[in-house]
Amino acid sequence: MSAASQGSAPHYYVPPPSRHPFMMAIGLFFVILGAGQWINSHAWGAYCLAFGLLWSFTVMRQWFGDAARESESGLYSHHIDVSYRWSMSWFIFSEVMFFAAFFGALYWARAQSVPSLASLENALLWPDFKGVWPSDAPGATGAPGGLVEPFRTMGPWPIPTINTAILLTSGVTLTIAHHALIAGRRAACIGWMWLTVLLGITFLGFQAYEYAHAYSDLNLKMTSGVYGSTFFMLTGFHGFHVFVGMVMLLVITIRLMKGHFTPQRHFGFEGAAWYWHFVDVVWLGLYFIVYWM
Amino acid sequence: MSAVIHPGGHGAAHGHADHDHEHAHDHPHGWRRWLFATNHKDIGTLYLLFSFTMLMIGGVLALLIRAELFQPGLQFVNPELFNQFTTMHGLIMVFGAIMPAFVGFANWMIPLQIGAADMAFARMNNFSFWLMIPAALTLVSSFFMPGGAPAAGWTLYAPLTLQMGPSMDAGIFAMHVLGASSIMGSINIIVTILNMRAPGMTLMKMPMFVWTWLITAYLLIAVMPVLAGAITMTLTDRHFGTSFFNPAGGGDPIMYQHIFWFFGHPEVYIMILPAFGIVSQIIPAFARKPLFGYASMVYATASIAILSFIVWAHHMYTTGMPLTGQLFFMYATMLISVPTGVKVFNWLATMWRGSMTFETPMLWAVGFIFVFTMGGFTGLICAMAPIDINLQDTYYVVAHFHYVLVAGSLFAMFAGYYYWAPKWTGVMYSETRGRIHFWLSLLFFNITFFPMHFLGLAGMPRRYADYPMQFADFNAIASVGAFGFGFMQVYFFLFVVLPMMRGRGEKAPQRPWEAAEGLEWEVPSPAPFHTYEHPPRLNASATRVID
Amino acid sequence: VNDLPGGPAVRQLDFQPAATRIAMDQHWLHSAMLVICGLICIAVFGVMFYSIVKHRKSRGHQPAHFHESVAVEIAWTIVPFVIVIGMGAMATQTVVAMKDTTNAELTIKATGYQWKWGYDYLKGEGEGIQLLSTLDAGQRAMSDAGKPEGDDYLLKVDEPLVVPVGRKIRIITTANDVIHSWMVPAFGVKQDAIPGFVRDTWFRAEKTGDFYGQCAELCGKEHAYMPIHVKVVDAPAYAAWVDGRRKAMAAKADDPARVWKLDEMIARGEKVYNANCAACHQASGKGAGAIKPLDGSAVVLDADKNKQIAVLLNGQNNGAMPSWKALSDTEIAAVITYTKNHWGNTTGQVVQPTDVIALRK
Ligand code: HEA
Ligand code: HEA
Ligand code: CUA
Ligand SMILES: [Cu+2]
Repeated sequence: MSAASQGSAPHYYVPPPSRHPFMMAIGLFFVILGAGQWINSHAWGAYCLAFGLLWSFTVMRQWFGDAARESESGLYSHHIDVSYRWSMSWFIFSEVMFFAAFFGALYWARAQSVPSLASLENALLWPDFKGVWPSDAPGATGAPGGLVEPFRTMGPWPIPTINTAILLTSGVTLTIAHHALIAGRRAACIGWMWLTVLLGITFLGFQAYEYAHAYSDLNLKMTSGVYGSTFFMLTGFHGFHVFVGMVMLLVITIRLMKGHFTPQRHFGFEGAAWYWHFVDVVWLGLYFIVYWM
Repeated sequence: MSAVIHPGGHGAAHGHADHDHEHAHDHPHGWRRWLFATNHKDIGTLYLLFSFTMLMIGGVLALLIRAELFQPGLQFVNPELFNQFTTMHGLIMVFGAIMPAFVGFANWMIPLQIGAADMAFARMNNFSFWLMIPAALTLVSSFFMPGGAPAAGWTLYAPLTLQMGPSMDAGIFAMHVLGASSIMGSINIIVTILNMRAPGMTLMKMPMFVWTWLITAYLLIAVMPVLAGAITMTLTDRHFGTSFFNPAGGGDPIMYQHIFWFFGHPEVYIMILPAFGIVSQIIPAFARKPLFGYASMVYATASIAILSFIVWAHHMYTTGMPLTGQLFFMYATMLISVPTGVKVFNWLATMWRGSMTFETPMLWAVGFIFVFTMGGFTGLICAMAPIDINLQDTYYVVAHFHYVLVAGSLFAMFAGYYYWAPKWTGVMYSETRGRIHFWLSLLFFNITFFPMHFLGLAGMPRRYADYPMQFADFNAIASVGAFGFGFMQVYFFLFVVLPMMRGRGEKAPQRPWEAAEGLEWEVPSPAPFHTYEHPPRLNASATRVID
Repeated sequence: VNDLPGGPAVRQLDFQPAATRIAMDQHWLHSAMLVICGLICIAVFGVMFYSIVKHRKSRGHQPAHFHESVAVEIAWTIVPFVIVIGMGAMATQTVVAMKDTTNAELTIKATGYQWKWGYDYLKGEGEGIQLLSTLDAGQRAMSDAGKPEGDDYLLKVDEPLVVPVGRKIRIITTANDVIHSWMVPAFGVKQDAIPGFVRDTWFRAEKTGDFYGQCAELCGKEHAYMPIHVKVVDAPAYAAWVDGRRKAMAAKADDPARVWKLDEMIARGEKVYNANCAACHQASGKGAGAIKPLDGSAVVLDADKNKQIAVLLNGQNNGAMPSWKALSDTEIAAVITYTKNHWGNTTGQVVQPTDVIALRK
């Protein structure tokens, strides 16, 4: 099955009225209502949240399903393809800015708040605080209040390094899959895609293991002062993005198996690939800044 | 339009969808038209109605604030509730009234002005709109949660936010959703502008309103995620034991302020750049003379946007920044006057030796220039660190930002409404009523906010439920003005907007304004449901369709 | 109402009269800015209104067709640029002077609490003096009743900060709970007080007298009710004040080991209650709105006194009830005893300072 030839596609396809956006908004209403209540210890919030998520995913399935059908039935002209490219790039840029906020927080904690909490002036308030950014040295907690239990920090070895290798490899396999698609070798493409998805899942598995190790062996927790805060927020949000990227790749793989995409026209594939590379680049930043520095 | 066969069917959405004939008359009807809209004009209308509703809600909160401050002593509310009013007034006005209203203008006008059939992603467009409803519901209903609405100011400074009740979390999630809506809306606008211009509509021929929105959309994409990050940290500090803003854990409350204002300062330009765009459309139309210095307008807008990223800490002079920080942010902030000045001068040069008439849109636009500039100058005075030490967190700042937000953003929106509503509704407004609305609003606006400069200079802090007796007179004047101003907006709705929505009044011609240029005037009034389904052929200046 | 010297005047249009050099510089800068901006306004709006009057269609003015001029555009970019550089240059010196907190003769730490100010004289004459400065309780009641009175309404405190005239005073700010801001307009001083961090500012008052300010950073519901009152006195008066204060402190210093009798404790506690608690919990002990009543409260009546001590030391409901650990052990013990034996509460329990010490960490 292939996208229809340019000629029959409308100049710019404007979809007919659709219930998806409205339905999706309803779903998100339950999500935020539920989440807000749940974290304030109202048990019903959890059900509300779960319901909202389920609802939203259902709508999303239908919505993306529609979009995929429209694409496959040749309604998307070259013009729309370009629109998708622009939009994906700017979406990724917004994600970059989201991470920038947390990297900024890490920078501020290391370069500003911890040193100044330990400055001579501040000795008035925290006389005993040494202000050493957490390392495995005894007593270096980066937190002056005495409310942080001793913990050990997470080094780059071995799991984060293995994970770096995994992500880099997945970038390569994804590129091979892309070349295979362009060359029209669909079966090979699907194979390499599955491998990429598997590598993504392995990454997440390792990260889960790393977290368990942090909590049980290192006593490193969300509550471990600002080190723990930035560590878990940065790696956690990254992990979440890996998950999302992995799901995208999975969907693309399934679509490939259904026969979607052509060697010429496959923006869905490329968009997911861009996202995956973005996740990859963020990881490299994390690997050096959070684990090494 | 060529035949469009709809793949797959799913219920209601396809009730009217079998339009496989030329110029599909698929004008959807009833509630489905609005709930399931994919038409940029309908979605624009939804945005505008939504934001006007929020203006009313935010305005009523403002009037409650002003009523309480009419006299010293607590008359109506307790201080806790007062802080909730202030906070919710700020949040609702910024995120509910001003920003969505400009998105509404963008939805209506950008496709028309660049000769596009619709927005690039019609369904996502509707999603951006409908996302705001749960967010607004959550935000407004937070008044009824235990402990009341968030009361930490619209800036949501930590660690005060850590003391708030459950409504704070509702507020945070609502802001996340609003942010998502803004980001999607901006992506849509950028893609529409970059990818859907009619052939011949080159970037440097685009109407100014389109340009300002293009740049605004970039600002939005760059800073909304940063706000999301800041409030996410607040959320985890509140509930998951992180220490971002807790010094006992090595964090820093000031870090919140840096992240917030990295968003917050560009945010204020997000609220003014589209206003500049609207005014830049109107002045040439009524001066009967092309916009002076088009290219420098574009560059000035871009410079304002770029500079806006390096001035944020002028909101933080009293936090105790190092000397170099204060000096850097002081100089950088003052620099923004230069490109803003370029815009003002260009408008004046456009008016200069024109052939001006003063219909209501022009009145608002000229009023905008006058009053906004005053707000700009008070901004400049705030930007001087030594002076701002006295002014920060006083009513002087309140006066400054209402001059730029109400007399700036809101006035420009009124200008835009009077200018374009004939195209939207097909009906002319009543010129007399428009004038009454303008002159009395201008008068009451100044009665409300001018005395606040004096209060601030004399040292009255903001976010105060009660104040020393010496401040009483100016507060009383401001309160009277506020009610007058609010009254005029009710007048506007009842006597200008409503009749037009009902189609009462003189029929609007296709070109209601003698000298207005642009593709939006190439389609009939009211603008048909579908416009520019085929890319139009344009003349050399890209202001006319030639066929 | 009359003007309040050292505070706001009725219908005041400009800054409060300056009492320090820095404030004078700031006022001068402000006036200079007003003049410059005023001139620009006259020029810009002069052109605008001239054009509005002359270049009207109704007067038959025909539109010109020019729409750019590189020379003019460059000129009106450069000129404002030069003007703002000039403005920045004018301000720079004052910024440098404001930030120079070295060589202070007296260092005082100002701590923001929800909702009062604590002062510790850290260095210089009067070292060791500590005081808490709270809004006069009567003012808060007037505010609630909606019947304000007096020229120093909302600015009157129980204990002002006293400093000597003509000396460089360094104020170190910090906070106990949320961000507050220590401001005295007549001194041209405003400095945020940030929990966990110290920041500093300074002033040298040029004349004696009373100077007033208010908390300038939103800090919760009583934000409008934590004024600052600085009493500037001459050197002998200051020395006398320090002396008196030292003696009084020595005399009043409560021996934490002392065992108090019930009625002594209640009498002491009533004072503490009215000064600190009545603003929210009301003199009637019934609370108001979200504020919990103490009269008949389960925690107050509980046989385990530690429960109530813990509430006072740590606060409750995320700080809606703030922590009162800044009060002395005796004061906390007294006020708890008072609440346990007042209104309808008749537990007969006496809380001793030692009980409080035991729970403090
Ligand atoms: C639409 C919104 C908007 C706009 C456009 C502006 C524009 C400006 N603002 Fe404003 N500002 C706000 C909204 C806005 N602001 C808000 C909401 C707050 C408070 C937030 C809060 O705390 O809650 C605030 C607060 C605020 C502060 C912090 C005050 C404080 O809290 O202590 C400062 C300080 O520098 C400042 C400065 C400026 C400056 C220099 C400009 C400049 O862009 C103005 C430039 C314009 C002109 C100068 C006039 C036209 C120019 C000429 C005619 C040329 C000739 C001029 C010269 C040569 C000088 N603003
Ligand atoms: C973005 C736009 C915006 C707009 C349009 C406004 C509009 C108004 N604001 Fe605004 N305001 C802010 C943004 C805005 N504000 C922000 C960001 C803050 C800071 C918040 C903070 O400190 O955290 C603030 C704070 C603020 C304060 C300071 C509060 C404090 O510090 O405690 C005050 C006080 O007077 C005030 C007044 C007003 C008034 C009178 C209007 C009027 O223009 C409103 C007019 C509109 C109406 C009145 C609605 C129409 C009328 C009706 C629906 C019917 C009822 C009417 C009658 C019966 C007459 N505002
Ligand atoms: Cu303390 Cu406001
Ligand atoms: Cu700003």
